[in-house]
Amino acid sequence: MEAEKQHQFDVDLGNLMAFDSYHTFPSQPPLSREDLTRQCLLKGTHLVQAIADALFTLPSIEDVDGPLVTLPPPTTKLPREKHLPKPKPPTKWEAFAKKKGIQKRKKDKIVYDEQSGTWKRRHGYDRANDEDAIPIIEAKPTDDPEEDPFAKRKENKKNRIEKQEKNRLQNLKEAAKFGALPSHIQLAATALPITGTQAAPKKVTKDELGNVAGIAATATASGGKFDKKLAGEKPQKHEGKYRKFLPVVEGTGIGSLEREQTEKILNKIISKNSHNILNVEKAVTMHNVKKEKKRRSEKGKALASATDKKLKTQKKSFKKGDSKKGKAKGK
Amino acid sequence: MLEIKTAKTRKGKRELEKRAPKLVESGKKTLILHGTKTSGVLNAVLAQIYHLKKDSAVKYSRKNENVKPFEAGGETSLEFFSLKTDCSVFVYGSHSKKRPDNLVIGRTYDHHIFDLVEVGVENFKPMESFSYNKKLAPKEGSKPFIVFIGEGFEAVEELKHLKEVLLDLLRGEVVENLNLAGVDRAYVCAALSPNRVFFTHCALRLKKSGTVVPRMELEEVGPSMDFVVRRHRPPNESLRKEAMKTSREKPKKKEKNVKRDELQGKIGSIYIPDQKVGETPLPYKAKGVKRERQEAKRKNESDGSASKRKKEDS
Repeated sequence: MEAEKQHQFDVDLGNLMAFDSYHTFPSQPPLSREDLTRQCLLKGTHLVQAIADALFTLPSIEDVDGPLVTLPPPTTKLPREKHLPKPKPPTKWEAFAKKKGIQKRKKDKIVYDEQSGTWKRRHGYDRANDEDAIPIIEAKPTDDPEEDPFAKRKENKKNRIEKQEKNRLQNLKEAAKFGALPSHIQLAATALPITGTQAAPKKVTKDELGNVAGIAATATASGGKFDKKLAGEKPQKHEGKYRKFLPVVEGTGIGSLEREQTEKILNKIISKNSHNILNVEKAVTMHNVKKEKKRRSEKGKALASATDKKLKTQKKSFKKGDSKKGKAKGK
Repeated sequence: MLEIKTAKTRKGKRELEKRAPKLVESGKKTLILHGTKTSGVLNAVLAQIYHLKKDSAVKYSRKNENVKPFEAGGETSLEFFSLKTDCSVFVYGSHSKKRPDNLVIGRTYDHHIFDLVEVGVENFKPMESFSYNKKLAPKEGSKPFIVFIGEGFEAVEELKHLKEVLLDLLRGEVVENLNLAGVDRAYVCAALSPNRVFFTHCALRLKKSGTVVPRMELEEVGPSMDFVVRRHRPPNESLRKEAMKTSREKPKKKEKNVKRDELQGKIGSIYIPDQKVGETPLPYKAKGVKRERQEAKRKNESDGSASKRKKEDS
């Protein structure tokens, strides 16, 4: 009986788990709570015994605390909690060295120091060939007399350090592109790249973001009416302009509001017209234009009358004497 | 304009490296959360789940209004908590008229929601209501036996999913070596009907059986409850495939105190502590000196300063 039962159990020693998929609990007649619990515990005892049978027969090692058993890997697969660590992409130098076939070689820890004539460590405190430890620098004939060699060396070192940091940042950017950045390093932008200002970007509040998104949502042909809503998107708070209307039924004090509104409108219209009437320059120019028109009309009449009179005088001169010619000249 | 930010202390760097993805994962921490409204039963359930998983669980005791696992947009706060506490299994309890005594158990992958199971808690019996010999109480942090009974765990999709989630929640740390003297607890899960699972926690009593394998007896110590399955969200298929990936390579262990010499080959160093030679008593005992020592002792006793010399001798 036990052998048959054990044959039906699925035992996973890696997880210390047992599973009996052939057992069914009868639904008729309904068992009481105590009977059901007792039956579950009895069945559980059988399965626990099956796990113990498999576990205690494994080869064990005696230890001070008790016998140690090496568990086999679990057979029930469970999902991981994080992704597999991704391999780091090679740095620029590593790629170049691979292309050129340059082999990596270990350097000695101790190097001969030219200055003091002894063997010293390559790096660290009291290192070999330290630039800061040189007391005298010989001048060459071609050197610039105004240049300080110590300051120049210090400047060169600073430039070297900056270049190294730039290369390191570039390699980290490349690693971040593949998602293989080391866990204790974070690349963070502290300034806006476009403007280059050092001021920290202002944090946009949730309401401001909502308003901006609401305005952007009305940029389609239907004004956002027939657009698909994103998951979790809330309806925009206000869609258009604010318009307020006065109530239709007049109450206490509301009539004065309407009167004020009407007076505002009338005052605007009247002020426009009055401003037009009171324009002095326009009036002056209009007056001048009228005067000029009158003068032109008078001159025209004079010319017309002059020509007529000349013709008449010529006709009359043949008939009458010199008295008429004298009159025309006078006019 | 990017800037390199690193941890400022070595301890901080170590903590950050612990949170990095690993080749072989050892266990999952559990985050226990309260909803906007909980009941007394549910508070007790969450407290005792925390007791069962004490050293690998984090309990947040405040109510969380923004955590709504099954609603769209309600998982942002939950994912933030998962990232902050570095937990990948969470248990969320809430209580409402529509879903009384509601418990949501879920898992995350890369701190994003992987899957969810929603169960209702019924017939809850707390740990304190069981009377048993207290010497049998399971130790904290021991690795449990987990038992699943019933054909529902294979036939019903929801129960199959619940079985996997419960196994992930209850199994504790994945170990390679197990001390047989430390096995003392078991979880029993029985599928009573297509949507009801009986769950209880028992202590193991190892009886003599006359063979290498002891006879196992279960003693119920609680908590005990019924899980009634309500809603569930299985994982995305492609995401599940990615989460099931494992690598064949093992993390290489650092080899210490081993050097390589061109002439002698591999050289190892063995640490030997300093030997205190001066304090070792010499085995040489000349019998001829005994009589003189006894006479000297008697002489000292007769003198007035015998007490000091006795102390020096002792």
